[in-house]
Amino acid sequence: MPARLPLTTRVSLVVSAAALTLSLAVPALAQEKVLRIAMTAADIPRTLGQPDQGFEGNRFTGIPMYDALTQWDLSKADAPSVLIPGLATSWAVDAKDKTKWTFKLRPGVKFHDGSAFNADAVVWNVQKVLDKEAVQFDPSQVGVTASRMPTLRTARKIDDLTVELTTSEPDSFLPINLSNLFMASPAHWQKKFDAAASATPADKSKAAWTAFAADASGTGPFKMTRFVARERLEVAANKAYWDPKRVPKIDKVVMLPMPEASARTAALLSGQVDWIEAPSPDAMAEIKSRGNVIYSNPQPHVWPWQLSFAEGSPWLNKDVRYAANLCVDRESLSKLLGGMMGIPKGTVPPGHPWWGNPKFDIKYDPKAAQALMGKAGFSAAKPLKVKVQISASGSGQMQPLPMNEFVQQSLKACYFDVEFDVIEWNTLFTNWRKGAKDPSANGANATNVSFAAMDPFFAMVRFVSTKTFPPVSNNWGYYGNETVDKLIADARTSFDDKQRDAALAKLHAYIVEDAPFVWIAHDVGPRAMSAKVKNVVQPKSWFIDIATMTMQ
Amino acid sequence: MFASLARRIVYTLPIMAGVALVCFLLVHLAPGDPLVSVLPPDASEDLRQQLIKLYGFDRSLPEQFLSWVWRALHGDLGTSIASGRPVAAEVYKAVGNTLMLAAVATLIGFFFGSLFGFVAGYFSGSWVDRVASLLSIVGVSVPHYWLGMVLVIIFAAQLNWLPATGAGPGGSTDWHWNWEHVQYLILPAVAKSVVPMGIIARTVRALVAEMLAQEFVVGLRAKGLTDYGVFRHIVKNVAPTALAVMGLQLGYLLGGSILIETVFAFPGTGFLLNSAIFQRDLPLLQGTILVLAMFFVLLNLVVDLVQGTLDPRISRA
Repeated sequence: MPARLPLTTRVSLVVSAAALTLSLAVPALAQEKVLRIAMTAADIPRTLGQPDQGFEGNRFTGIPMYDALTQWDLSKADAPSVLIPGLATSWAVDAKDKTKWTFKLRPGVKFHDGSAFNADAVVWNVQKVLDKEAVQFDPSQVGVTASRMPTLRTARKIDDLTVELTTSEPDSFLPINLSNLFMASPAHWQKKFDAAASATPADKSKAAWTAFAADASGTGPFKMTRFVARERLEVAANKAYWDPKRVPKIDKVVMLPMPEASARTAALLSGQVDWIEAPSPDAMAEIKSRGNVIYSNPQPHVWPWQLSFAEGSPWLNKDVRYAANLCVDRESLSKLLGGMMGIPKGTVPPGHPWWGNPKFDIKYDPKAAQALMGKAGFSAAKPLKVKVQISASGSGQMQPLPMNEFVQQSLKACYFDVEFDVIEWNTLFTNWRKGAKDPSANGANATNVSFAAMDPFFAMVRFVSTKTFPPVSNNWGYYGNETVDKLIADARTSFDDKQRDAALAKLHAYIVEDAPFVWIAHDVGPRAMSAKVKNVVQPKSWFIDIATMTMQ
Repeated sequence: MFASLARRIVYTLPIMAGVALVCFLLVHLAPGDPLVSVLPPDASEDLRQQLIKLYGFDRSLPEQFLSWVWRALHGDLGTSIASGRPVAAEVYKAVGNTLMLAAVATLIGFFFGSLFGFVAGYFSGSWVDRVASLLSIVGVSVPHYWLGMVLVIIFAAQLNWLPATGAGPGGSTDWHWNWEHVQYLILPAVAKSVVPMGIIARTVRALVAEMLAQEFVVGLRAKGLTDYGVFRHIVKNVAPTALAVMGLQLGYLLGGSILIETVFAFPGTGFLLNSAIFQRDLPLLQGTILVLAMFFVLLNLVVDLVQGTLDPRISRA
């Protein structure tokens, strides 16, 4: 029988063994860098390539998992986010026929399933939303995609790395619009289609898209590894990503839908997540006091009053429009929101390629505003009655009730008597397309719907063109004239990037000078992150690049 | 027995038909665009019309209703407009999660509610009664979502004892009955249990106090039954009503408190309804409401039948 070791020796051996095991295990555990994100969405945005849930969808299940032919530069916090090549390396419009574009594709790119990205894949992805005869046509992806590239009609393969895209009319905005068309893997989808047990091709296609959404394949810096509907999406680093600068350093990202702001805050404070979107302003101090970091930057997200130019509207008088723009105390409004607001000078900020140096300076000048109102025939004894349709809440609407009440009080000093028609958010959205002359406006002569201003059509054209009167698009107030239509046409047919931006700058300057809006705020997209998350660049964009972040 | 069962089942059929009609009409008559989740508000009218046709919203309401009911009878609740996933699978998974949460909350509520109720009723008029009654009134009165937030602030954000949100470290599909997972149930179940606890306590207290005043209790005591023996008789008499109340409360909890499940990001029917409402996802909204309503109707049927078994006078009535 072997001699027993003394107790102290046995204990020290056990402790040493445990320490050795731990020392081997801990680095292995520490190696996996996991970033956990609480989104504001109530469900995981769709993962099949064309996300829903607005730009939050593009931010979390679009850009990380997929690429488009063109993309936004998200690498700078101090400069406007501009369009750069993505899966296309270059593009040009046909010299003779301005409805034809040639896109040269990036060679050597692979989808997550290993299949090659090429011209066939581009054609297939265009057809998935535009060609009703194509087997992969998916109505559920049409709305969120076709609306963001309204003039694209067809795609044709020239060779493996060249495609020709055609538009319904000459449209220089096409490359910008294409940042919304994400490339899903046709080969991976085909496997799902072949495996589907449904009877008809249409049902098989539907089943294939459902299966694809649960096991997706794009070309992005992260690839899907686990999907639990409505609960969590897990993506892992794609170490073979084509852009070496964006090969992720974080191993895994977990995305959790948490629509309730207090739940997100609690999840961050309890260490359950590392990043929350849109913390509520009254929780900012507590969040910061626990060592977390708040990131924000003005983004192309405009929070205005859109004015009616229908017959009888009080806003037909330009002095009144100028007065309202000069009478909003935006600095104080920003304080009310804990600083989480950008102060607008127009739809885009100074320094933006479309800024255009408008002569009307939007600022707080109540005396000038009072003078303009006096000139228009109004005074404290005879205020101007205006009615604004607003929502009590809503995605992207920031804090609509306190903000609107603040503006109401601000404008009172300049002889405006503001009445609100508060309605449910989806109803306000629906009314937006019906226009100021529709009974749904309920007598309102302004509406308060915030909007994304990422591309020229959505930032400006749809609000000021006479071709976008209701119900065609969102020119709710029936604003428009020949001059502005001409400026739009000039921009749409300027195919050199610099010339196009110059034309858009003229359009923007004209809009600011004619003031069809009261520009009140720009959202700054606040998000709170644990101090463990490093290399965070919050660009002047709706989007943010997770691929370049690191974890301590 | 069978005649009674058959009669009760037949009674539920028009209720089910009415429920289906009401939930269809409610979601269709509410203002807003049914395509809001798949069509941004800045989309063109042409595209909107195209999608209305593709989704079949251009058909008349009776036509849509009949087609929906017909498919529902075959177990197909349609496809979610927003997610593209089959509604039935979404709803059944959420019902499973809510059932688990509701069962735990009901057990907590029933245990403490019965305890407080019996104690209060047995010692009616004493300080014990007043304390137990106070607790039950607090339970009924406190807004449970507020309580949920307070619990999260204390036990998750400040003390870090329990997780603030979710249904397990890997989601509800990865559920196991161990501490790693069960800890996710505690805060939402406690927050959900306070209302049933209060209601059951008040009901039981009133019943026990009433029973104790009845002559048969004096008779039992006169026959020499111990306090325990009398207590057993009272429990037997109180049980059917308490059970009925518990059944209704379970049905109420199965409705999935939208607020509680949203506060805790718990993937049950309340969370699903919240998502469906905000995305105006009509098939999902209709399907969820229908399944919950049917569940409620069936639960009432089961409670009726169990009551009849416990107290034969009820089934004879």
